Amino acid sequence: MFPDMLPEILIDTAKAGAVLTGVLSFGGLLTWVERKQSALMQDRIGANRADILGFRLLGLFHIMTDGLKMFMKEEFIPRTEHRALFVLAPFIAWTFALLGFAVIPFSPTITVLGAGFSLQIANPEIGILYVFAMMGMTVYGVVLGGWSSNNNYALLGSMRATAQMISYEVALAAAAVGPLLVYNSLNMQQIVLWQGGYFQGWLPLWGIVVQPLAFLIFLTAGTAETKRIPFDLPEGESEIIGFQLEYSSMRFGAFMFTDFVEKILIACLATTLFLGGWQVPWLSDSGLAFGGASVLPLAAWLVWALRAAAFAVKVCIVIYVLMLVRWTLPRFRYDQLMHLGWKFLLPLAFANIIVTAIVLAVLNL
Amino acid sequence: MAITVKKIEFRRKLTFLERIWLPEILRGLWITNRHFVVNLSLHILNAVGIKTRRKGAVTIQYPEQHRGYHWRLRTAHYLTRREGGGPRCVGCMMCETICPAKCIYIVAKEHPDPETEKQAASFTIDMGKCVYCGLCVEACPEDAIRMDSGHLEISCYSRQEMMYPIDRLLATEHDPAPYKDYKRFLQE
Repeated sequence: MFPDMLPEILIDTAKAGAVLTGVLSFGGLLTWVERKQSALMQDRIGANRADILGFRLLGLFHIMTDGLKMFMKEEFIPRTEHRALFVLAPFIAWTFALLGFAVIPFSPTITVLGAGFSLQIANPEIGILYVFAMMGMTVYGVVLGGWSSNNNYALLGSMRATAQMISYEVALAAAAVGPLLVYNSLNMQQIVLWQGGYFQGWLPLWGIVVQPLAFLIFLTAGTAETKRIPFDLPEGESEIIGFQLEYSSMRFGAFMFTDFVEKILIACLATTLFLGGWQVPWLSDSGLAFGGASVLPLAAWLVWALRAAAFAVKVCIVIYVLMLVRWTLPRFRYDQLMHLGWKFLLPLAFANIIVTAIVLAVLNL
Repeated sequence: MAITVKKIEFRRKLTFLERIWLPEILRGLWITNRHFVVNLSLHILNAVGIKTRRKGAVTIQYPEQHRGYHWRLRTAHYLTRREGGGPRCVGCMMCETICPAKCIYIVAKEHPDPETEKQAASFTIDMGKCVYCGLCVEACPEDAIRMDSGHLEISCYSRQEMMYPIDRLLATEHDPAPYKDYKRFLQE
């Protein structure tokens, strides 16, 4: 039994390692991207001072120096009865955010040495539900962090953050139901495969074409879920005291980094659900094809590589848009935030579900 | 005369398109995105050596680049010398008296030349206390103290270093380089 499973376990472990490394490095890179992008938007230059032997490399070394600084800072743990929880809380948030990546289909399946291979760690039938479950668990990091800090301001901050995350999670999941009705599957690969179809033979049937409203709701709720501007009330550390109040050094860094990881997760989800996942328009299994006619035949591995690259490009585009929003809009007031979540996005998401269901029933799909 | 109340409408009513946010958000995103794309293109053009009329950023890289001081800017003090080489200061205590920050400390002594009454035995300015008001320059009857040395980066690691003794004040001279339009000042 066990020896048969060994290669499978090894491959899955290697894939998990690759995804983990990739996501963490990308998250680190995002800290630099965010600073540079905001600088360019505001006619500035941005971080460029850190250098190694005089080489500044567009300030890329700031990623390292930031991390180094976080580790070297004094670590302060307040007097609290829940020391273990206080120490663990950032890593609870971090771990569950990372676990969500287990079912993201980074590439299609390719047959290598007689076995199917894809850059997806696991492909359960309930894929998307698993991601939502993991994203729901990240709230625990926030609420435990605020509670175990033994500080009333931190507790209030964590209550605000928790209320926000839970509220928007409802809208987030409700927005995803519409496309899931259309795709008729919860399996991540099936979702992406469905989006390989074409409307009238030329327009790719991506989620954003089928369900544009759901895409908008999903992106908005996703921004709120990851606590980004304009929904960054939990993060407005200097203006409104948040749940990270008592955290210092790398534990604070872990909380910050969790936000970046969550952002990548939301971008991956939006890509999978609405932007066709790894699908490249007019690229079929055998090569480029337009309107049914094959234009340029390509090797299977090349198609696979193109599709894996397409996923990365789409994720980058979504993250660019999210960051664009971050540096454009001002912050919401808390009552406006709750108003938008419960009275606007959620009814809209439900209306989207009902209309989608009726249309599907009428069309008998 | 009856009291009248003037009603001031502070807020303009938002139009429908503004109230649904989305078009306005897209407009904002368009502006920031335009800045990003234009600045990035300018940076790339400059990096490959093509000169553009406008730079990608308005940043002045401070320690390497200087913006240039205005010619009226008051910078660190220095003491002027007579034609013979000795300090102009006659130890009259005018600057010490007028100084609102009380940062000038003078000890006067006899001057060997009977024509000149006194001279400064020690003349110390605590730069850490100085408020750069320039009153000492205006009070000085001998034009002995000036504030156009062009040095403004006077930070150091101890309070003791902030005390500028007479030797240092005499050794400093006017440096027109940091000023951006000192020639115009001389003409006027």
